[in-house]
Amino acid sequence: MRPRLSIYGLTFSLPLLVWQLLFFVAPLAFLVALSFWTVKNFTMRPDFDAVNWITMYGKPVFWQAYATTFALAASASVLASVLAFPASYAIAFKLSDTARRWAVFLMVIPFFTSYLVRVYSWQIFLSDAGIVNVLLGYVGLGPYPMLNTVGATMVGYMTLSLPLVILLQLFSLVFIDRNLIEAAHNMRCGRVRTVFEVVIPSARVGLVIAALFCFILTFGDFVSPVYLGGGDPTTLSILITDTTKSGQQWPRAAVIALTMIGTLLAVAFFAVRFAYAGNAKGARK
Amino acid sequence: MSSEAINRSRAVDWSLRAYIVLAYAFVFAPIAASFVFSLNSDRFPSIPLGHFSLEWYRAVASDPLVWQGLGNTLVIGLIVGVVSTLLGFGAAYTDYRYNFFGKQVYLALALLPPTIPVIIMGLAMLAFLSRVDLSGRAISVIIAHVVICAPFAMAIIRLRLSQMDPALEPAAWNLGASEWATMRHVIVPFTKPAIFGALFITMAVSFDEFAIAWFVSGLNETLPVKVLGFLQGQVSPRINAIGTFVFVISMTLVILAQVLLSGRTGPTAADKE
Repeated sequence: MRPRLSIYGLTFSLPLLVWQLLFFVAPLAFLVALSFWTVKNFTMRPDFDAVNWITMYGKPVFWQAYATTFALAASASVLASVLAFPASYAIAFKLSDTARRWAVFLMVIPFFTSYLVRVYSWQIFLSDAGIVNVLLGYVGLGPYPMLNTVGATMVGYMTLSLPLVILLQLFSLVFIDRNLIEAAHNMRCGRVRTVFEVVIPSARVGLVIAALFCFILTFGDFVSPVYLGGGDPTTLSILITDTTKSGQQWPRAAVIALTMIGTLLAVAFFAVRFAYAGNAKGARK
Repeated sequence: MSSEAINRSRAVDWSLRAYIVLAYAFVFAPIAASFVFSLNSDRFPSIPLGHFSLEWYRAVASDPLVWQGLGNTLVIGLIVGVVSTLLGFGAAYTDYRYNFFGKQVYLALALLPPTIPVIIMGLAMLAFLSRVDLSGRAISVIIAHVVICAPFAMAIIRLRLSQMDPALEPAAWNLGASEWATMRHVIVPFTKPAIFGALFITMAVSFDEFAIAWFVSGLNETLPVKVLGFLQGQVSPRINAIGTFVFVISMTLVILAQVLLSGRTGPTAADKE
C-alpha cells in the first residue's frame, strides 16, 4: 500500500481543512471570545467579563424575542411538514417516473432565485391594494390588512422552506419499500391507515430531518419577519442585525448569536434522537 | 407502481394531483409575479396590470450603483466558484481515497457551514475579518462565500467519484503511472462534468447570497445586497427587474450544470433512480 501521509495526499486534503479552520472555525471561536469583551465609549476592548451575558439575559426584550422566534420557527416546521406531506406523497406515489423527475427539477429552481426578490413579490400580493385584496374586492370582500402580520411572516417562511421540505420528504418517501405498502393493502389496511401506520413510520427519519431543516432556516431568517412581518414582533435575527448595524454593541450581538447556535444544536440533537428512536420501536431490520 | 392497482380511488388520486399543482403554484407565484411586474408600468404593482413597459429595466440599467454591484457580483462569483471548486475537489478526493483518524471531524468541517444560519455567519465573519483587517472589501465577501460554497462543490464532486470504478485508480498505478499522472489522466477527466457542474452551482449560490455579503461587504456591495437596500428604501419595481435578470443568469448556470452532470453520466444517473 502507498503511504498514507504523502505530499500528494496533503495537497488535496489540506487546503479545505486550512480554509475552514481559518475562516469557519476561527470566526465562530472568536464570536465566543467577543461575547466576553466590553464596550466603553463606543469602542470594544478585549476583556473577560460576563457583563454582556448578564445584560442580555437580564432583558425581558431578549427573552420575549427568544420565545417569539422559537414559537415561530416551531410552528413553521409543523406547518411546512403538514403542507408539504400530501405534495411529496403524491409526487412519490402518484406520478410517473418522468413526471417525478420533472417535479424534482422544478422544485430545485427556487433555490436559485433570490429569496429577497420572492419576499418583495409577496409584498405585491399581500399589501393593502395588492393582488389578493383586489381579487377579494371583486367578490365584495375586504380589503384585509395582510402585510406586517404574523401570517405574512409565515408566508415568507414557507417560501423559504417549503421547497426544501418537499424535496427532503420526497427523497425519504421514494426509498420506501413498496412491498410494505402492498402488503398493508393486501391485509385490508385502509388508505389513510396505511399512510399513518406504514408510510410515515418508514419515512420517519427523512420527515423529521426535513422539519429540522425548516426550523434551522426559519429560526435564523431575518428577511421575512422584517419585510413581511413588519419587524413586529421582534425576532432574534432582527435583534442581531439591529445590535450589530447600529453602534458598537457587537459583544451583545455575539451573545444572541451564541444563544441561537446553542438552541439550534440542542434542537438538532433532540430531533435526530427522536428520528432514530422510532426505528428501534418500529423494529425494522 | 403495482401497489396502485389495489385500493385506489379516482377522487383521491385527482385531489392529490390537484394538491401538487397548488403547492407548485404557491412556490412559483412570487417568481412568476416578479417576472410579470418587471415588465409592467405601474409604480405600485398590483392588478389590473398597467401597460407593457421596459422602464424598470431602463431605470436599473441607468443606475451606476447597480452596474457596480453587478460587476462586484460577477467578479466575486467567479473567484468564489473557482476557489470553492478547487477546495471541494480536494476534499471530495480525500474522502474518496483516504481513511484516517479524525475523518469524521474533517467531513463535518467540510459539510457543516451551510447549516449555520447566515445571519450568525455574517456576524462572526464581520467581527473576525475586521479584527484581522480584512472586512469591508471584496476579498471579505469572497472568503465568506467560499466557506459556504465549498461544501456544495464537495458534495457534487464526491457523488461523481462514487460512480467511478474503485479499481480504476490502482489499475493505473499498476501500469506504472505515478499518483500525479493518474490524477491528471484518469481522475480529473472522469470527474470533469462534476467539476464544471460544481463551478456553476457554487457561482449561482454566491450570486444569490445576500446576508453574509451584507454584513461584510462594506462599500463593495454585491447586487443582492443592493436589492436589500432597495427593499429597505422605498418599494420599487426595480427589484423585479434586477430579480428577473439575476434569475436568468442563475438559471443559465444551473441548466449548464445540469446538462454537464447528466450529459455523459446520463445512463448511470438514470439507473440510480
